[in-house]
Amino acid sequence: MQKRYYNPEIELLSHEELKNLQLKKLKRIVKKVYNRVPYYRNKFKEVGVKPENLKSLEDFKNFPFTTKEDLFVDYPFGLLAEPLEKIIRLHTSSGTTGKPKAIFFSKKDIWSQAKLIARALFMSGASSQDILQNSMTYGLFTGALVMHYGAELLGMLVIPAGPGNTERQIELMRTFGTTCIHMTPSYALYVATIIQEMGLKPGKDIKLKRAYLGAEPYSEETRKKIEEMLKIDVFNCYGLSEMGGPGVGFECPVKRGLHIWEDAFYVEIVDPETGEPVKEGEIGELVLTTLDRTAMPIIRYRTRDLTRLIPEPCPCGRTHVRIERPLGRADDMFIVKGVNIFPQQIESVLMGIKGVAQNYQIILEGYDEMIIKVEIDRDFFDGRIERLLKLKEDIAEKLRQAIQVRPKVELVEPGTLPISEGKAKRVIDKRIL
Amino acid sequence: MDHYVDIISIFAENKPGKLEKITEVLAKENINILGFSIVSVKDFGVIKFLVDMPEKAYKKFKEAGFTVAKIPAIGIELEDRPGGLHEILKLISSKNINVENALVYVAETRKKAYFVFEVEDLEKTWEKLKDEKVKFLKSSDFIKNEF
Repeated sequence: MQKRYYNPEIELLSHEELKNLQLKKLKRIVKKVYNRVPYYRNKFKEVGVKPENLKSLEDFKNFPFTTKEDLFVDYPFGLLAEPLEKIIRLHTSSGTTGKPKAIFFSKKDIWSQAKLIARALFMSGASSQDILQNSMTYGLFTGALVMHYGAELLGMLVIPAGPGNTERQIELMRTFGTTCIHMTPSYALYVATIIQEMGLKPGKDIKLKRAYLGAEPYSEETRKKIEEMLKIDVFNCYGLSEMGGPGVGFECPVKRGLHIWEDAFYVEIVDPETGEPVKEGEIGELVLTTLDRTAMPIIRYRTRDLTRLIPEPCPCGRTHVRIERPLGRADDMFIVKGVNIFPQQIESVLMGIKGVAQNYQIILEGYDEMIIKVEIDRDFFDGRIERLLKLKEDIAEKLRQAIQVRPKVELVEPGTLPISEGKAKRVIDKRIL
Repeated sequence: MDHYVDIISIFAENKPGKLEKITEVLAKENINILGFSIVSVKDFGVIKFLVDMPEKAYKKFKEAGFTVAKIPAIGIELEDRPGGLHEILKLISSKNINVENALVYVAETRKKAYFVFEVEDLEKTWEKLKDEKVKFLKSSDFIKNEF
């Protein structure tokens, strides 16, 4: 019989067994950082917890968070739980300002992360028959190298193409019959456009079957577009250097949320303001703890990424939890009339309404008034004012249903609001406080 | 169809100078405004024109990045005397036609004018009106050779 799971003994563990495994690993990791990392020991003492206080998973929420800023105290080696001779690799993650975050790997860490990737690639249907063109940046960034090791572990033929030089990318695909690509979504869309322009036929000139896309936010519409253009399956992957790079969250063929391997990560979703756990299924900040990392374990890491858990069991059979593809950054959250709101919630409502173009802006002013400026779709406009008024009303009502606050909606001409970018400033706060 | 005339509609935010930018397009292209109307709700409005070169106007507005639409409408000649408009409106309402938007085109001052209006269902409206003893405005009455 054909093998369906890479590690069935782990991937199909019952919820209870998984939780027991996590508790066992958490106890070990908490003890290790307490004993070996002065920084963690001090943090634990500050809030008055000791490793022996961890008796159930419930107790874990009393342990302190680790933030990005914490990674810079005792920089760069201060968070190591193993002597330097055990460390074999450095990766960094570019911060927007100043020093990069430094993440260290032991030999064991490299291969456990690679194993998670191999498991995820296998989950997507890939095997040793496949040829992976790895078009992420090789170097300090985890994206390419960690994926590279995982794909090799699975036995795929890896083409370490790196990014850019689109003509060469396509030439490599044609010459070697690349079946899988790993790149950023924006680059994939570009490559797909060029492939189309060159008149190359998917399935004939180009043998692609799958794309693994990650490292930047993109919409479901873009995924469908890339899938359609290249006649392939696109899988979302989520990762961050602090947690070992790609392979933290990965989609299965159901393509409904990303599985996080819970034998390797402990997952929590918290309110970004209070740090308290949110109700199951609610949007909040993703908090991760490494369960297997030896060189540089990280406890309750505030990823600043917003998502929610998908509590329903996955039709693929895997018991490991699924998260919604990250919806944005916790730093983007704002509060209106006492309600926590994320621009992404507003965006997902707007993008589902016919007549609305790509861009929008959220303006807070006066005494807690929220105004949403929405660009109308050029093709929607037919000269009728009634239709525009109805659109306005629709938007306001659908937003009220989604966020419990009814905003004032203003329709503006397409192309007049600042261009949408991953990190674009969507919220302008002019409130009188 | 010659019994319909095209009205150019432009979406505009209520901002100072907006209207001027719109009329500038027409002026630059030597397009003559025969009639216009402005409907405005708080934050935005729709500006409508009957022009002598509708195709060209539509194209130029598009090129200039405006949100523009071309809407067919019906024009009926008015007698320029007290009660002239009233009679046409009486006719329209007697047919149960709901006017969504309208403008007046004065073809010859103190002599000839047209009531030009948009309706939800143009075909149906035309069927109701076509046998009436009124003069309809035809595109060929006012359209100049375009381009």
